[in-house]
Amino acid sequence: MAGDYPLLRYSVRRILQAVPLIFWVVIINFTIIHLAPGDPAIYLASVTEATPEAYAELRKEFGLDKPLYVQMGIYLWKLLHLDLGYSTWHNSPVLGVILDRLPATMLLMATAFSIASLMGVVLGVIASRYSYSVGDHLATLASLAGYSMPIFWLGQLLILFFALYLDWLPSQGMYSMRGVEPGWPAVLDVLKHLLLPAITYATYHMTLVFRITRGKMQETLAQDFILTAKSKGLNERRVLYRHALRNALLPVVTVIGINFAYVMAGSVFTETVFGWPGMGRLIFESITARDYPMILGIFLVVSMMIVLANLITDILYAMIDPRVAYN
Amino acid sequence: MTTSAEPVDHQSSNRGPQWRAIWGAFSQNRAVPIAGSLLLVLILLVLFAPLLAPYDPYALGSGSRLGGHSFRNIMGADNLGRDVFSRLLWGGRVSIFVGFSAAFATTVLGLLVGTISGYLGGWVDDILMRFTETFMVIPRFFLALIIVAFFGASIWNIIFAISILTWPVTARIVRSEFLTLRTRQFVDAAHVIGTKRSTIIFREILPNAIGVVVVNASLLTAQAMLLEAGLSYLGLGDPSLVTWGRMLYEAQPFLRQAWWMAVYPGLGIFLSVLTLNLLGDGLNDVLNPRSSEIHRTGL
Repeated sequence: MAGDYPLLRYSVRRILQAVPLIFWVVIINFTIIHLAPGDPAIYLASVTEATPEAYAELRKEFGLDKPLYVQMGIYLWKLLHLDLGYSTWHNSPVLGVILDRLPATMLLMATAFSIASLMGVVLGVIASRYSYSVGDHLATLASLAGYSMPIFWLGQLLILFFALYLDWLPSQGMYSMRGVEPGWPAVLDVLKHLLLPAITYATYHMTLVFRITRGKMQETLAQDFILTAKSKGLNERRVLYRHALRNALLPVVTVIGINFAYVMAGSVFTETVFGWPGMGRLIFESITARDYPMILGIFLVVSMMIVLANLITDILYAMIDPRVAYN
Repeated sequence: MTTSAEPVDHQSSNRGPQWRAIWGAFSQNRAVPIAGSLLLVLILLVLFAPLLAPYDPYALGSGSRLGGHSFRNIMGADNLGRDVFSRLLWGGRVSIFVGFSAAFATTVLGLLVGTISGYLGGWVDDILMRFTETFMVIPRFFLALIIVAFFGASIWNIIFAISILTWPVTARIVRSEFLTLRTRQFVDAAHVIGTKRSTIIFREILPNAIGVVVVNASLLTAQAMLLEAGLSYLGLGDPSLVTWGRMLYEAQPFLRQAWWMAVYPGLGIFLSVLTLNLLGDGLNDVLNPRSSEIHRTGL
């Protein structure tokens, strides 16, 4: 039985490894609630002694007069029932608010990734083809610049130029304030709002994809099978895209999954700059409003998304490259 | 992401002391002197902020509110009539201070854990590496954000949050360096002649690992500056101090009226981080000519 289903065994092992990670994040949340200065009640439900009845009820609900391990048990039990707490600021359960904001973040992310992957790979292939030329050096320098730029400043610059100076695109939000007719005009309206944040968001990942593609392509182009392909008389374009790129692409695909934590951090800044109504903007609003249960809830959801993204990446990688599962 | 590994002059390293080889490599490298002098200029500018800044960075009414460029305010004034140029100089002080302090704390912590782990190996290594792994899987930026949001946005909390979350990477780099160096002949030789363990670590192995550590420290400073700017931009900066990130946070509502409030501080962050990244790359070419890829992480 043992070696029969290496992929399945590998997947199960990876899923089991992911469980303690989530538990670890829950412990961090719990520790912070109790270590932070002030009453845990503030952090659990933004409730203070100012409202004695709600306060007493909350202390009972979370067992705040009981020993810590009981409190931890209650906290875990609530989380297991998808109860991430209640936001007094939004006047509704934390999880509901987060889920409401998720689609906007997903739309932004998907658009940005498509731009970043496509441009990054194409530029990376071109740079590797003309290795160490002036253009290659310039592209490398540009990618270093993109990497060194605070993403929110890039967003501000794009707003200043394209939205305020040229007045081509809207600077804030996802929809126009004045109502737009439903149907295509509405879709077009969202697309117009999407463009600048997507470019901002994509820049960082494009530099990452570019660097990795370029490096892997150089590595692959130096291998024997490329020489064979060339000496068979295949034309260069075919060697570059069919032979080399195929082998170089795998690490490029996984880079986004592995860097998902940075991806999420990027969404916070992009959405804050552009007032994009997603989960990233929600964290900024929650900081300003001191909506502590919401901040903790987002941290938990983001951590789970990251664990999940890593998991999917690893399993996908094992499916594409069977050697991984056997090791 | 090195563009080209500069060849090291191996001949002189065989004959003379090691610094000659290093100097030889430095003289062939263009990135290090350029980035190094740029960094020096930046540091001098912010260091002499008290002398160079025309106004008190916190004084209201040094210019007219949201006033543009003028002889009085060469980079304009902000929404409270404070001089942007003065705030830029003073803000850079804090930003760069946070960057270097966090990088320093991170490097010390990372060196400590990495050295113990890499030199001793065995079960000590196992335990320490498990420990660092648990740190590495947490989304760093979000935890830093929570620490600062819950424990207060003082500059020390920010430095603490950044270093406590970045040291695992440094520790792993130092560890892997120690693991390979530990098995080298010159270390065996030192063992054989009865050299003390501490002497082997500090006099034999560490000097050989220092190149990697220096490169890492340069990149860490850049990262820490970006992280601090990010936290400040979200309103989690130290409220009593001006930093470049905080200036961008304050500029956000006034983009339409005063572009200068956003452009200059952002330029400060961008140039400093770029300089530090260039320096890291250049140093990597000079000090670790064999490695082509350097360890890099984002926010």
